[in-house]
Order: sequence, then structure tokens, then C-alpha cells
Amino acid sequence: MKFKSVIALLFIVGAYAPVAYAENLAVEVAELRALLMETRRDYEDRISDLETRLASAEQLASGAKRDASEAFEIAEQTAIDQSSSTSAANTFNPALGAVLSGRYGSVDEAWEEIPGFQPAGEIGTGESGFALGEAEINLKANVDDRFFGNLTFAIADEEGEVEVELEEAWLQTAGLPAGITVTGGRLFSATGYINGFHRHTDDFADRPLPYQAFFGGQYVVDGLQARWIAPTPLLFELGAELNWGSGFPAAGEADSSPGAYTLFAKLGGDVGVSHSWQLGISWLSADALERGDTATFSGDSELAVADFVWKWAPHGNSVQRNLKLQGEYFSRSESGVFDGLVYDGDQTGWYLQGVWQFTPRWRLGLRHDVVDADNGPLLVGTQLEDPGRSSSRDSLMLDWSPSEFSRLRLQYTNDQVLADTGQQWLLQYIMSLGAHGAHAF
Amino acid sequence: MKSVATLILLIVTPVSASAIDIFACEPEWGSLATELAGDKANVTVATTAFQDPHRLQAKPSLIAAIRRANMVICTGADLEIGWLPLLLRRAGNSSIQAGNPGHFMAADYVRKLEVPKIIDRSQGDIHPQGNPHVHLDPRNIRRIGIALGDRLREIDPANAAYYDSRLADFQSRWNESIDVWEQNSADLAGIRLASNHRSFSYFAAWLDLNIVATLEPKPGIPASGAQLATLLEQLSSNPPAAVIRTPYANERPSKWLSTQLKIPEVKLPYTIGGADNVSDLFALFEESIAILRELAQ
Repeated sequence: MKFKSVIALLFIVGAYAPVAYAENLAVEVAELRALLMETRRDYEDRISDLETRLASAEQLASGAKRDASEAFEIAEQTAIDQSSSTSAANTFNPALGAVLSGRYGSVDEAWEEIPGFQPAGEIGTGESGFALGEAEINLKANVDDRFFGNLTFAIADEEGEVEVELEEAWLQTAGLPAGITVTGGRLFSATGYINGFHRHTDDFADRPLPYQAFFGGQYVVDGLQARWIAPTPLLFELGAELNWGSGFPAAGEADSSPGAYTLFAKLGGDVGVSHSWQLGISWLSADALERGDTATFSGDSELAVADFVWKWAPHGNSVQRNLKLQGEYFSRSESGVFDGLVYDGDQTGWYLQGVWQFTPRWRLGLRHDVVDADNGPLLVGTQLEDPGRSSSRDSLMLDWSPSEFSRLRLQYTNDQVLADTGQQWLLQYIMSLGAHGAHAF
Repeated sequence: MKSVATLILLIVTPVSASAIDIFACEPEWGSLATELAGDKANVTVATTAFQDPHRLQAKPSLIAAIRRANMVICTGADLEIGWLPLLLRRAGNSSIQAGNPGHFMAADYVRKLEVPKIIDRSQGDIHPQGNPHVHLDPRNIRRIGIALGDRLREIDPANAAYYDSRLADFQSRWNESIDVWEQNSADLAGIRLASNHRSFSYFAAWLDLNIVATLEPKPGIPASGAQLATLLEQLSSNPPAAVIRTPYANERPSKWLSTQLKIPEVKLPYTIGGADNVSDLFALFEESIAILRELAQ
């Protein structure tokens, strides 16, 4: 009986088991499906959440980028503003520059006067040995929006006494239109080519003979200068000067009317990119009253000067190599009374020079300069006695400029100013301190 | 008598009455002026790519040109200190003097690099306001362009709308170009170069080039033989990719150093006209990057 009932139970279980299994499976599938749906929903939520966060991050980033670029611009602007605005009590100080020069010379046949010419200024060969040159001090600045001012004085030791000489003191208009510039005060005349330059910018250690003979080195105007530049592609400039001062060749005559006046014209331009040139003519008319120290001259002095300069540099870049050729011709007529004698004389002079920068910093120069006086036979025995020959020199120079601000120069001169030929060697230094010099043509 | 009057009239009458006359100190500013002012301006450029802008002279042709100008566009930052002040003084021209709208100094509108801490000539021919070669960073050109556009409107208000549209057009082309240049030159970052003068500092700062040596021991002072030999010794263990220089620089020191180090000596255009195909600002940057990319490969 017991056995029978066990069999029956097995049968029942055996019949029902597959049915129960199938039911379980269906539940499981449903559960899995639900789980899957839930997971999907969950992931979708998380993805969309991530997407939202990404979008907002992107927005933030672009905002930050914009902010950063704005901040950068502001920082730049601040830096620009700051870099160009420092202010102190000395901000308005004029540009200050000083030039120191000196030389060592070996000079024979030294001279202080040129035969046939009335001596003027400090000219001549100088002595052998070391000589301190003038220490030149220059101040310049805009006065206001209408005027520019310039002051140059030179300090020199004259046989133990320190002398201060006023070289230039002028004001210049800065705001005039139509090519007009007016300069007033003490200024270097625009007569000739190198007269307008400071001597320390010269290409040789001393000025050419015509400058020494006709101007005592440099013609200085105490008065007014007016210049006008034409609105043309070529430089065409006209100018006039009125001189109330006593700068040689004028002397003593000026009262309410000027003692001397100048007219000048300049023409200049380029040929291609490598060549530049300038031509000039000037006419100087001066009245002299008791001009000179020992013997004096009173009368009229009329001088005409023609000048040219031509410069060449490959591609117009003068830093590596360049060549400069210049010459000036002077012709003067003086009439009046010299040392109590009637005097009517004509004098001429010219020079031609070339300076070649053959490699950066090194220049070689050659110059020939001549003056000749035709003073007539009446002045025999005076300073103006006609020497019956011209005075001339030949000079060779080599200079080295380690920078734009320093120059060392060696110059040899074969000097035929006096009856006997002299040989001169000069070793010169020129140093510029302070404000940057101007590169004038 | 009539012919004399005609002659005087010919001399006195300005060459052109309708367009404004612009005097640009350097070719890059001439090119920028042309981009912004188009045919409303006659542009005279004072220097070429083969002339050292530090060392020019106030020659007669420049005096004549600046006398006729309505506007002067220069770098400033003392780059033209040797000649521009003299030209301005000789010009007899009130509209271009400092403080007037006709006086435009590009470097005033950008931040200068390499502002010296010690201002003394023993440091060479330094510029107290910093390196003036600002045009070789195109982002500087963008800033200067905006300022120049403002200035042109001020000088010539009748054509303001024209300048506005040209500026907008230039800026959009320029910004696109900057993007392209920056993408094209990504592989140039860090490239080691030796330079003759500090002419490429802004270019290097922009593209992250590494200028490891300058041949000039101090600005404006050429290297002596001994100084070059020292430089050679320093660089020989790890030579730069090339020696670069401007078209106007003396080629001899860079040639010597490049031969010794067995690396290329490269003349970068530096400005408009510095290479045959560099006719405007766009070409300037394209060509400069192309030359350097050739090196990097």
C-alpha cells in the first residue's frame, strides 16, 4: 500500500512538473523584459542628463573663451596704455646730447692765415701734439605745438681759460603749412652744402679751404631764415636769410637794416633706388664795417656758391657700403677800403671730395681743396698781398665707427697753403652721448 | 607772361587734389594703407625691404614727399628716430606733425616685446620703448588696422563709409588668414632658429618659434669675428634649424655661421618686396611660413 501511494505521487509530480516549469519561464521573461525596459529608461535618462550637462559645459566654455579673449584685449590695452604713459617731473626735459672730440696731430708748416685772405674765425692747421676739441652740448625740444627750439653751446679751453661759445640758439615754426618754415635766432646759414652741418659730422677732420677762407669755418646768421618747399615730386626749395649779426664775412654794419642777406635754392631727388642727389646755389651779400682785428676792411662783399652732392648705396642701403661724392665752388668779389687802401679783389675756391664706405663701419675719403685770391697790385705788404699762386691741399682719411655714436679717424694731408709744402697727420675722435643724432642728407 | 603764370601754377598746384597723400615709412604700412584706403589714397613708401629702417637718411626725395603728405604712417617706437624727426621738421607741413590726426605711429597700438630694463647705449642701439619690429605678428596688424581705419575716417570724413567697408572686408579676410596660418604652422612650434638681428621677435612670439641666438651681440652692433666664433662654439653641440635674416641685413655673418654649422642660411622676406612674390601683407605671412615649413621638413 505504501509502495502504491509513492508511485501515485511520482506520477502526479511527473505530470505536473513541465507545466510548472513553463509558467516559471514566462514570469522570468517578463521580469527580464521589465528590467531591460527599466535599464533602457535609466540609460536614456542618464544620456540625456549627460547631453544637457555637455551642452551647458560647452556654453560655459565658449563664454569662458569669449571672456578670456575680452580679458586678453583689456590686458593688452592696459599694457599698451601703461607702456606709453609714464610721467615724472623730467618727462618734458629736452633731448640732451653732447659731443666730445679731440685729436693728436703731427703738423709741420702750421698756419693760422691763408695768404691773400683776411683771417676769420679759428682756422688753420693747429699745433702738433694732443688738442682737446670743443665739447659741444645740444638741447632740443618742441616748445609747444607751434615752435621747435634748439640750443647748442660749445665749451673750449683757450690757453687755460674756459670759454663758452653760443653756437646755435634758434626757434623754428613747426606748424606752418604750404611748405613754409621760418627759423629765427642764431643759426647756421643754408649757404653752400656743409655750412648747415655741425663740424663734428664732417667727413674730414677740418673744414675745406673755401670754408676756412670765406667763412672762417662756418657762416653763422643772427636773424631770420625762411624756406619754402614746392609741392613737387623733386625737392625744390627756395630760401632767404637776413643777418643782423657780425658773423664773417659780415661785420659791424647792421643797425635797423640787416648787414647781410642770403638767397638760396636747392634741387634734389633720386635716380632709381640706389642714387640720390642734391644741387644748390646760394648768393650772400654782406656789408662790412671795420672787419678784422689788426687791419680792417670796410665795404661790400658778394659771394656766390654752387654745390652738389651725390650719394650711392646698393639698393639704397647705406649700412653695408656707400659712396658719397660732393663738391662746392665759391666765387667772391669784395670792394671797399682795406687798411686805408682802395681794395677791389676777387677770390675763388673749390673742393671736391669722395668718401667710400667699403665695408660696414670703415670709410676711406679723399679730398682736394683750393683757394685762390686775385686782389690786384695795390695791397702789396698788407695781409691781402696777392701771393701769386693758389693755396691747396690733398687729404686722405680713414675712419672707423664702432657704432652710430662713435668715430675714430686718421687723416693725412699734403698741405700747400704756404709757400713750403707741409705734411700733417691727425688722429681724431668724435663721440656722441645722449640723444640720437639726425641722419641729415 | 602767361606761360610764366602757368608754370607757377603747375609748381604750386598739388599733384592730386581728390585723393589723400599718405607717406608710409616702411612697406608694411604702405600695404596696410592701400588695403584700407584703396584708390582714395596715393601712397608713397619711404623705404624698401632692402633698406635698414634704422639707418635711412632724410634725403631730398623724402623731404619733397613728406611735404605733400596729408598723413604719415610710420612704426614709431624710435625705429625712425634718426630720420623721421628731421623730415617732419623740414616738411613745412602742419597736418603731419605729432599730435595731429595725420601723424600715425603703428607701434603705439600694440604691446611691445623686449622692453629694455637697462636703458644705456652700452647695451647697443636699443629702443627704450621696446622692439619696434611689430608688424610680423598678424594680430598686431589687426589691431593697427582698426586704429588706422579710425584715423582715415577722421582725416577724410567724406569717404568714411568707404573706409569702413574696406576695413570690414580686410578684417574678415585677415582673420580667416590668421586661422589658416596658425593651422598650417602648428608643426613649426618650438623650431630652433638663430637670427641676425632681433627683427623676428614678434613673428617668433606668434608662432612659438624658438630663437636661440642673435648674431648681433647687441642691437645695431655687428658681431666681431671673435664673437661669432664664441657663438659657433655655443651652438655647435645642438645647432638650430637655420640662421634667418632680413633682406637688408649683412649676409656675411649669417652665411659664415650657417656654413660652419652646416645648416641653411635663410633670407625671410621681412616686409613687402622682401621676396619677388611678396606683394602684400597676405603674401608676406604666407611666404614666411612656407619658407619655414620647408625648413622643418
